[in-house]
Amino acid sequence: MISSAAQQLRASYAFVERNTNLIKRYWSWEVVWLSYSIANSLSVSYIGLGLERIGGLQVDGRRLVLYLVVGTLVWHYLSMIFYWLTDIIGLERWEGTIEYTLMAPIRRLTHMAGQTIFAVVYSLLFTGVILAVSVMLFEIDLASANLAGAALVMLSGSLSFIGVGIVGSTLPLLFPERGSQMTHVIIAALLLVSGVYYPVEVLPGILQRLAIVSPATYVLRGVRAALLDGASLPTLWPEIWPALLMGLVAIPAGLHAFGLAERYAKRAGKLARSG
Amino acid sequence: MNEIAIQARDVYKVFHKQRGHLPWERSDGHSGRQQAVALDRVSFEVRVAEIFGVLGPNGSGKSTLVRVIATLLLPDGGTVTVFGHDVVREAIAVQRLINRVSVEASFFKKLSPMENLIYGARLYGLSAAESRTRIIEILTRLGVERWAIDQPVERMSRGMQQKVAIARALLTRPALLLLDEPTTGLDPRSKREVHTLVRELRDLNSTTILLTTHDMLEAESLCERIAIMDAGRIVALDTPEALRGTVALHQGHPPTLEDVFLELTGKLLTADGK
Repeated sequence: MISSAAQQLRASYAFVERNTNLIKRYWSWEVVWLSYSIANSLSVSYIGLGLERIGGLQVDGRRLVLYLVVGTLVWHYLSMIFYWLTDIIGLERWEGTIEYTLMAPIRRLTHMAGQTIFAVVYSLLFTGVILAVSVMLFEIDLASANLAGAALVMLSGSLSFIGVGIVGSTLPLLFPERGSQMTHVIIAALLLVSGVYYPVEVLPGILQRLAIVSPATYVLRGVRAALLDGASLPTLWPEIWPALLMGLVAIPAGLHAFGLAERYAKRAGKLARSG
Repeated sequence: MNEIAIQARDVYKVFHKQRGHLPWERSDGHSGRQQAVALDRVSFEVRVAEIFGVLGPNGSGKSTLVRVIATLLLPDGGTVTVFGHDVVREAIAVQRLINRVSVEASFFKKLSPMENLIYGARLYGLSAAESRTRIIEILTRLGVERWAIDQPVERMSRGMQQKVAIARALLTRPALLLLDEPTTGLDPRSKREVHTLVRELRDLNSTTILLTTHDMLEAESLCERIAIMDAGRIVALDTPEALRGTVALHQGHPPTLEDVFLELTGKLLTADGK
């Protein structure tokens, strides 16, 4: 029993170590991606400072900047987790190693756990760099912010995005040629309805209804309340529990969906593209 | 002790192929799906510590059979057991006992052989510390130079990559080793090194080996029994000598396995006829 657990733990760490090695070897691509992400985040956040001049409106530019900075940071963090999880199959299809990983004596939960640990840690580090640059450039004052509360909301949102990511990872299993590209549809829909750069109240009714089922909606609202208004934990709870609940539903549902997709791929011969 | 390593009974596998990408491209008005029978009621047994060959042209079902045994494909009918474990119902138990080398050496190309093999070792529950020494030992034994072990795999030749693939399989000390055209792309010297290693594995560790190949000399020199496959069926199964005995003298000389195959199927062993 213990040796089996140790074996699964080692197997789980295999994915963390492999991904770390891949990051090291593809370091130049990671630098490019980080630079792009910083530029993208800053471009969106500067809209906050520019709005007064564009519209001639009296707005609290600093608050608006922080509103947009939170949107870009939370979105970077959640979408990175999503993409690392959907890459669980996409990456291996690209490298041609998928059959070797899927014939190893490990449970899919172990496989997902390793990929998830790496995804969360790496996304945190990546987002941390963007945050540091944003704080420096915009002289953001977080003295009255509830940082612990914001972290708690992010953590609860991570769970649901892990689940959504696992569901997304079934697409490259089901569609060998275009499955990875299909995952963009999920993330684009979440970006539209979750209020990343605007309050969901400005959306038409049908999109507002979709926002209710997006975990990102609660994470963004919660993190903004914690950072902009210094909201306390009881005030944040209405945003935390829906995100947690979605995670508790999405992770087992994702694992189940992955199991079904893997079975289908093995039945239809979709693991290997030839041979 | 169970003396049977692999038992296959009436294994059936069919693939459905879509005729067109879009609905209006399926002009016959039917479902738009074609069926290709990859394995047609295949039955055989492989004994423990046996080197068992599967010979056949491209598309004969050899790789499909290996994938079914390796738990990578689910059969549509029949059963396969590996050391008594069913490949569908007890997949993890089977996976603990097997490893596979395929014709494509599939790796994370930017990672080194050491990094790739440690990743593989961890998936099988081995620690990095115990694996490192063994990786160097196996790769050196296969003729991979020490400096190349820490270089990205993409810088290695096709033959060298295939040796790393063989090392990955040996690292986990499988009770059953599935070799799917493992020496394709290797030079004669490397082929010979692999053959020696395969024999050693069987002799020293009692490893059971299932080898698919196009190379008749390889099959004859390594395998105790050979199954000849064609169109998803096993058309003959026996020792190399017995198989050769089934056909008459060929143009005045003793028949080769190629002659046996021609006699049984009317086809050449390789698709291009070489």
